[in-house]
Amino acid sequence: MFQSLSDRLTKVVGKLTGRGRITEDNVRTTVRQIRMALLEADVALPVAKALVDRVLERALGEEVAASLNPGQVFVKIVNDELVTVLGGTVSPLAARGRPGVVLLVGLQGAGKTTTAAKIAELLGKRDRDRVCLVSTDIYRPAAREQLATLAEQLSVRCLVPDSDDPVAIATEALATARHEGFRWLIVDTAGRLHVDAELMAEVASIYSAVDPDETLFVVDAMAGQDAVNSARVFHDRLALTGAVLTKADGDARGGVALSVREVTGVPIRLLGTGERLDALEPFVPERMASRILGMGDVVGLVETVERAVDRDQAERMAAKVKRGRALSLEDFRTQLEQIQSMGGLAGLVDKLPGVPAGALAQANVDERQIRHQIALIDSMTPGERRNPSVIDGSRKRRIAAGAGSSVQAVNRLLKQHKTLAKTMKRAARAGGLERLLAGGIGGAPGRRGRMGR
Amino acid sequence: MAGTSLIGRLRASLAKGRDLLTGDIFRTGGSWDAAALDELESRLLLADVGVDATEWLIERLKRSRTDERSASAQLVDLVTELLETVEQPIDVRADAKPFVVLVVGVNGTGKTTTIGKLAARWSAAGHSLLLAAGDTYRAAAIEQLSAWGDRTGSIVAAQSSGADPAAVVFDALSTAARRGTDIVIADTAGRLHTADNLMDELKKIKRVIGRFDAAAPHETLLVIDASQGQNALAQAAEFDRALGVTGLVITKLDGTAKGGILLAIARQQRIPVRFVAVGESADDLLSFEARAFAQALVGAEPA
Ligand SMILES: Nc1nc2c(ncn2[C@@H]2O[C@H](COP(=O)(O)OP(=O)(O)OP(=O)(O)O)[C@@H](O)[C@H]2O)c(=O)[nH]1
Ligand SMILES: Nc1nc2c(ncn2[C@@H]2O[C@H](COP(=O)(O)OP(=O)(O)OP(=O)(O)O)[C@@H](O)[C@H]2O)c(=O)[nH]1
Ligand SMILES: [Mg+2]
Ligand SMILES: [Mg+2]
Repeated sequence: MFQSLSDRLTKVVGKLTGRGRITEDNVRTTVRQIRMALLEADVALPVAKALVDRVLERALGEEVAASLNPGQVFVKIVNDELVTVLGGTVSPLAARGRPGVVLLVGLQGAGKTTTAAKIAELLGKRDRDRVCLVSTDIYRPAAREQLATLAEQLSVRCLVPDSDDPVAIATEALATARHEGFRWLIVDTAGRLHVDAELMAEVASIYSAVDPDETLFVVDAMAGQDAVNSARVFHDRLALTGAVLTKADGDARGGVALSVREVTGVPIRLLGTGERLDALEPFVPERMASRILGMGDVVGLVETVERAVDRDQAERMAAKVKRGRALSLEDFRTQLEQIQSMGGLAGLVDKLPGVPAGALAQANVDERQIRHQIALIDSMTPGERRNPSVIDGSRKRRIAAGAGSSVQAVNRLLKQHKTLAKTMKRAARAGGLERLLAGGIGGAPGRRGRMGR
Repeated sequence: MAGTSLIGRLRASLAKGRDLLTGDIFRTGGSWDAAALDELESRLLLADVGVDATEWLIERLKRSRTDERSASAQLVDLVTELLETVEQPIDVRADAKPFVVLVVGVNGTGKTTTIGKLAARWSAAGHSLLLAAGDTYRAAAIEQLSAWGDRTGSIVAAQSSGADPAAVVFDALSTAARRGTDIVIADTAGRLHTADNLMDELKKIKRVIGRFDAAAPHETLLVIDASQGQNALAQAAEFDRALGVTGLVITKLDGTAKGGILLAIARQQRIPVRFVAVGESADDLLSFEARAFAQALVGAEPA
């Protein structure tokens, strides 16, 4: 999942590498990749389509055409668009009167009961006696015991009206809360499907009975395409004031946050990040945007790569090969060092899950190997570095021994160098040399970062 | 269960949410109508099939030979073909005594409810059952399982909240052996597959079961929630890597979510799918049928 999304985004950046500007033509294909990436993050299809259309419109605008860094700008537009949709200031839970009523609704197993307790913890931080809880879930076995147990863990009062009618329970709980002067009443409800007419009518009655200040749609961060449908129906019936995204402590991309926001217009207010009752966090749109795109800090990475790769060096090398001279092992060593100076490939991958692990394996490089290869090159004479063809069997043994390595390793290095030299020559003729250099050793042109201008 | 087929019930729930395909999409002039393919692609994506499996299916459909049937009918065949590789009912072996089922999954997918349904199904088939309350973490999880024990006439082996789940399960197995119980189903606390310590806890439970009977657990059942999207693929991969999952249950198919991620899982993990769950009552558990699932998913009329 992770990987294919990253792959796509790498392609997105890669495809725009080395081209002058964003044109309708080169963007169309990348736009599809972005759409796929959003879908893999579980953003609902109609929402993804609409978003990509807006991105495309902006990308084709002047703002970008004038830019020198199309890849970077493009990624940033997508990111900005996500932040815009998700964004706005997130207001704290607010009450009009006393008690303020918070109603939690959603599908089965989304995390309503747990979240009810977490919100009690949040609102009762200064004073436990200000908040009380009530469960209207008469269906799920032991649902009311569950909330009562959680309330006890928090030392918060759980009201238990003596009734088996959810609406009556809610009504009575509100009367008690008002009478006893509670600041907040948090109402948990049974999980229900949006297509269950009877239960939707029931929750609408509970809503009318308690007239909530906050009606929160509790939704699983792992939710799929259908979440837009349930969110829409719940919103139509209840006028939601916000959503809570639960189970965000896992590795789900959480595209549902975007979908829910798009179809209901209500903000995501809180993030559930664990089973413990203090695992409730404010929602941060920027963080969520990066998470949905699964690209860590792409913009930051692009900058890192640009800083690390010495462009003068690259251009000198390019010029040299263009003049028809072969790439020396000295040049090869420089390339290896550049990769190292970026904090190694591992560090790079960390920053951007956008460098596909597969590509690295293909290029056959890891950090240890790079250090190893540099050691081998250092163990050669300057003449050997300039002209590797003189390296025969006995020289190989000497080089290997000098680097504490094997003849096979020397062979591998020479072969890799030869392949690269050949590819570069071909690329020089085809005019794509800069891109190749940006890709570093082992091919995969343009994959490692944006180098075009 | 009697009288209601899987396809009937899936279609009934499907009809609540979305229109069935009415228009027929034919092949014109030797190639598929692009609009038709787009429509099918959207339908697969909306069913949570995911980009990879969708692209794969559409590619295969494009390459398929012309015949008289609509694209959607042929797509149903393709999906059926894929799912038939994982259509494999659970075999409750009589020689395994007790037959041990370990139920796992991320939080809130429906593990405990599914255990209740399995208990109902298997006790109706004449087996004696014992349910092990291996979720000692979540509030009132033991009470929830006990309620299902009462409903289905199964014994529940439980310790106090906070007890070591492996110890609970081991004691349950001893009790079952002493009483000559046919089937033991062990509930476990929901956990995200990314929580290493909790995954280790599951491995320990499995090891302890294996110490009791080297062939056990005879079934390690992963419960997947149909309303979830692409993350279910990671769940299947990680739970399988940690425990060796032998069967899947996909729950909450009574909503409008289609559980299309099953196709991606079938392609990548090839774990047998045992049951689909279509509601919260004891009899809302159906044996998995590839074709019925495919039809409900693609949204086509049954052939
Ligand atoms: N990891 C994680 N688990 C959570 C989070 N929130 C809730 N859960 C777990 O998700 C499961 C379901 O939570 P509940 O609070 O029972 O969900 P619910 O919506 O009340 O369920 P129903 O009442 O049956 O509809 C439990 O195992 C919770 O511990 C979260 O933020 N992170
Ligand atoms: N609509 C519907 N709801 C279901 C289905 N299966 C389970 N549920 C509901 O989903 C919610 C969670 O089910 P549980 O069985 O408690 O889930 P769990 O996996 O044991 O949860 P944890 O132990 O907290 O991880 C409950 O409200 C169930 O009634 C199903 O097939 N359809
Ligand atoms: Mg609940
Ligand atoms: Mg459970």
